[in-house]
Amino acid sequence: MTVPGASDPSGAPPEAMPVRGPALTRRLLAQPRAVLGLALLTGLFLLAFAGPHLARWDWQQTDFTALREPPSAEHWFGTTASGRDVFALTVRGLQKSLLIGLSVAVLSTGLAALVGMVAGYAGGWADRVLMGVTDLLLVLPAFLVLAVLGPTLGSAWPLLVPALAAFMWMVTARMVRQATISLKEREFVLAARCMGVSPARVLVRHLLPNLGSLLIIDGTLHVGAAVIAESGLSYFGFGVRPPDSSLGTVIAEGAAAATTFPWLFGFAAALLVLLVLAVNLVGDGLRDALDPTGGGGVR
Amino acid sequence: MTVLRVADLRVTFRDATVPAVRGMDLAVDRGEVHAVVGESGCGKTTTALALLGLLPPGTEVAGSVRLHGKELVGRSDAELARVRGRDIAMVFADPSSALTPVRTVGDQIAETIRIHQGASRAAARARAVRLLDLVGIPDPARRARAYPHELSGGMRQRVMIAMAVANDPAVIVADEPTAALDGTVRAQVLQVLRAAGEATGAAIVLITHDLGVAAEIADRVTVMYAGRPVESGPVEEVYARPRMPYTIGLLQAVPRLDGRPPFGPAVPGPRRPVLVPIDGVPPQRPGPGCSFSPRCPISGPRCAEEEPGPRPVPGADGHTVACLQDVADPAAVYPPPDPGPEPAVDRVERPVVLEVSGLVRHHVRRGAGPLRRRRDTVRAVDGVDFTVRRGETLALVGESGCGKTTTLLEILRLRAPQAGRITVLGHDTAALDRATRRALRRDVQAVFQDPLASLDPLMRVAEIVAEPLLAHGHRRRDVGGPVRELLAMVGLPAELAWRHPGALSGGQRQRVAIARALALRPRLLLLDEPVSALDVSVQAGICNLLTRLQDRLGLTCLLVTHDLAVARHVADRIAVMYLGRIVELGDVRGVCRDPAHPYTRALLSAVPVPDPARARRRPRAVLPGDPPDPAAPPPGCRFRPRCPRYRTLEAGRARRCEEEEPRSTEVAPGRYAACHYPETTSP
Amino acid sequence: MAGFLVRRSLHGAVLVALAASLTYLLAASALRPRAHFEQRNPRPPAAVVDAELTALNLNDRTPLLRRYAVWAGGVLRGDFGRTLAGEPVAPELWRRALVSLRLLAVGTVLGAVLGVLAGAYAAARRHRPADRLITVGSFAVLSTPVFVLAVLLQLGAERINQITGVRIFEWAGEYTPGAAEGALGRLRHLVLPTLTVVLVQAAVFGRYQRHLMLDVLDADFVRTAMARGLTRRQALVRHGLRTALVPTATYFAYTFGFVLLGAMFTEKIFGWHGMGEWLIDSVHRGDVNAVAAVALLAAVLVLLAGAAADIAHAILDPRVRAGR
Repeated sequence: MTVPGASDPSGAPPEAMPVRGPALTRRLLAQPRAVLGLALLTGLFLLAFAGPHLARWDWQQTDFTALREPPSAEHWFGTTASGRDVFALTVRGLQKSLLIGLSVAVLSTGLAALVGMVAGYAGGWADRVLMGVTDLLLVLPAFLVLAVLGPTLGSAWPLLVPALAAFMWMVTARMVRQATISLKEREFVLAARCMGVSPARVLVRHLLPNLGSLLIIDGTLHVGAAVIAESGLSYFGFGVRPPDSSLGTVIAEGAAAATTFPWLFGFAAALLVLLVLAVNLVGDGLRDALDPTGGGGVR
Repeated sequence: MTVLRVADLRVTFRDATVPAVRGMDLAVDRGEVHAVVGESGCGKTTTALALLGLLPPGTEVAGSVRLHGKELVGRSDAELARVRGRDIAMVFADPSSALTPVRTVGDQIAETIRIHQGASRAAARARAVRLLDLVGIPDPARRARAYPHELSGGMRQRVMIAMAVANDPAVIVADEPTAALDGTVRAQVLQVLRAAGEATGAAIVLITHDLGVAAEIADRVTVMYAGRPVESGPVEEVYARPRMPYTIGLLQAVPRLDGRPPFGPAVPGPRRPVLVPIDGVPPQRPGPGCSFSPRCPISGPRCAEEEPGPRPVPGADGHTVACLQDVADPAAVYPPPDPGPEPAVDRVERPVVLEVSGLVRHHVRRGAGPLRRRRDTVRAVDGVDFTVRRGETLALVGESGCGKTTTLLEILRLRAPQAGRITVLGHDTAALDRATRRALRRDVQAVFQDPLASLDPLMRVAEIVAEPLLAHGHRRRDVGGPVRELLAMVGLPAELAWRHPGALSGGQRQRVAIARALALRPRLLLLDEPVSALDVSVQAGICNLLTRLQDRLGLTCLLVTHDLAVARHVADRIAVMYLGRIVELGDVRGVCRDPAHPYTRALLSAVPVPDPARARRRPRAVLPGDPPDPAAPPPGCRFRPRCPRYRTLEAGRARRCEEEEPRSTEVAPGRYAACHYPETTSP
Repeated sequence: MAGFLVRRSLHGAVLVALAASLTYLLAASALRPRAHFEQRNPRPPAAVVDAELTALNLNDRTPLLRRYAVWAGGVLRGDFGRTLAGEPVAPELWRRALVSLRLLAVGTVLGAVLGVLAGAYAAARRHRPADRLITVGSFAVLSTPVFVLAVLLQLGAERINQITGVRIFEWAGEYTPGAAEGALGRLRHLVLPTLTVVLVQAAVFGRYQRHLMLDVLDADFVRTAMARGLTRRQALVRHGLRTALVPTATYFAYTFGFVLLGAMFTEKIFGWHGMGEWLIDSVHRGDVNAVAAVALLAAVLVLLAGAAADIAHAILDPRVRAGR
């Protein structure tokens, strides 16, 4: 009957389970980890978009007087072998990582929501076809395909966004489909349908809001995954290509000489790790804030 | 001799501000069954777990628990582990989750023996098989090798009991041992539990919310409220002469098969007996005074300031009560409710609202997991006929899996059934076009079992109640008035309109669900177990609300419930289902008094009676076995394998049961039974 | 059951065929093997290049579909074509796969086991310092891309080598060419790449197992086990962990694709001549047949892993075994 610590079915009840709006913000801010993640993210955003205006050197310029110079007042993160300013290159890479990460996350999560909800709600043929495509994409070696497409994508880096998104929605789509199917069976959806509420209205009024938590959490975690994927591709020369700069290319260039010239590798690597960490912290915090039964929360 | 003595037990969970148990006292004698009763959240399960030291780490436990005089509170987990399972054992509420799913049940019983007796693996296994035999599991050697999911709920609970008695403990704590079981199986398990206690001489602490179960097997009873014992004593004394208003309220709120109130004279001539609900909900954080005083009809000024301790009731040995008021007549504590008017028109003259004939619903069952093998066809509903006329309520009762909810959902779909015919308000559902079906949806509404699941957690009460109105073309600015009216009609204060369902109590949520169902002024209301997720005190209020609405709005209802006593209080007619078929149908009062079908009789006798004197006097007809698999009903009469009457028949007459499926026949005016040899009813 | 297996194998075969064909078509149209031949010094005449490309079925002047037909026909006969160097693809593929296996086998299993233990321990000590430490550690590793992690480990190893003055760690290749260093030498080469794989694998499984374990921490059957007379720790290990391991086994198989990807980075960075390295180099060279062969193998492996996951699930979970 009464499970200790669980909500009690008759008495005046605990806080409502699903949270939105101000309550969500409050809960999120109650978690040190999420606050840390948000602060980090804000800092990185400022650095990425205000940084270029503060630095003296542009990422395209070359300082022939300073080759492989350690960090100094002139070159904050030092210079590369060809005399380019590491700070400018890194900050440009960071900008790109942020933009790519966010847009890939939005695009892939949106696609996942669409495919998953339609497949789950419609069932039948639509479901079979959509899930077939999902299975196929899961079997297709994504990195390989992206690498093969690399020369085409590298020439115009915004093309990386749809390409990455195309390989990141499948797992979420399956989860959304599963959740949609179980929501469809839930009594409140059944009740709505039996009241004569139209299918479109059921999707928008009942299913989408209740899938919200899942989508928000997954979307956030996709940002981190997309950032890693982009930098990984660029690291191996399949993504953003020199002379343009990404965190991946800067790291690839600096990795070989990491012992002797640590600034070539260290700053970009640290920023990359911080960025992914920040996003993951926020995502994990959101998970706890949105779904108090999901483990880490107070029980 | 007292084997277990609990004194001033206090439990506070980690991160909780208020203790869950606030001074529990309990003394249990050898061989005695001591029931601890109370509604959900009163701290009874917490007390049970505290006795064995099973509360999660970080929980604060104070006070004293003495087993054979040895103190258990404050001992380490390792020390307690030596006591648990040997001197004090436990039977948990839900046998489906209480057994490790990936180990065989024989293994799990043997583990209990090996931990404490150091027996060899083979010896422990052999003893496990003997224990399974002891608790009445057929073919125990084979069942010992079964995994929990391969056993029925009743079997699993027998396994739990076998495990509990494995080391001949001095005390068995049984926490809601029958809450997850069906009526006929519950009766079996209670019998096994009592027999196990008698065989080992163990004292049983029976935790239950069901006053009927306590009356059936307990010697003494302690009533808990808000983490404290409020009344305690011999079970006959407490049930006959309760002194605490809370106990009195609980006893008056329980629906009874005979429809008589527990105290005082029966109200003469009402159509349906009326229950007495207790208003309000238990306090979240008890104040300085008596924690029941906000809900108590006779609380005085002192009650709000002073928390009463237990005091002996003069002239009654061992009866204690924690109440500052002196209650002389329990019947006078709560104001008697208004019984409502008697229906005017005779049944047969009223028009038919719902007609179901030959309804069939089969579905394919698949295995779980990645290898979805073993497909078979479950004959959930297998030829059901009934009619419901305007203004009446038909109850569809039966045990889980009998097809009653499937029947309701088939009607709710308003589509062509697999076979048979459903006619709603004159429309055959197989012949509906889109527009008519949509129009008909206004007239057919439903209320589901779990109000939390049937209300969208993200919508506010006002939005929920307005949703059907908006779906049927009302404009947003026009719905404010109707919503307020609806909330008032179901007895909800208007200020709840802006809450989310999560912030309501269970009873309030169900009222919202009812308000939503009534928004379109339906002519047929389908109720699927509307009160079974609620506590008795709340359940009584919802039952009364439903009967009042029926009278006021002239509603026609189809009520699906497993609880015959609820049906007795809410319905006019009753249809008893078994394995997808209706076995008996008739006027509710008559069926409950003189059942014609042996299954109905067994079901009625399995309902626990919240009256110890009568519970012990009445003849007990415990039905053997589990309900058979609805995928493979036995040939001939489906009830035959469990039928007590079939076993008394001579071979010639019994053959008819084996070969011919009985059809529903009118055994008395307005009474139908599907049995070859129905009980001859004497009117 | 048999029907189910047939249907499932058929489904898998179709998926593999589609995936491999798509990859081939994509690679054949996007990669430029011609450039590889034209770059030679002295630049060979166009006719020679054309002839060489045609011999390898790589000539971009042959219609794409005809090249595909030749390739697909070969694959059906077990012939994966030739590399740009003219060697048959199949033997090289197996040789490379074996190198990858040597690198991955220890790391993936060890990492998963460590992760499971750490995750289960963290869950049992929820909210205590040990839990926080493990959580922070796995978070840090999960947020570090493999190519950064590998370089960091190399930096650390370099520092240790310098301090001790002995080359304890090696990080270039599987062995030092030309040196007679024996088993110990190979081991020295194995430590750092294995550590990389172990760390990532342990972080992934640690997070996952902690989550699963939290679910069974307050499970009724763990409480029942305690009520029988087990201590909390015994009950958690014998009943809680045993039950919470079921999804992990499935997860282990399903993460296989992810492991392959990580391996690619690890090989490339540590200079092992495995499949991943081969793939990256082949893409850079424009070696269509090699790329397509790797894609085919990867697709087959991912599907086999999925089947293995289902079998593991059925073995560990009687509820699935019984089929109900």
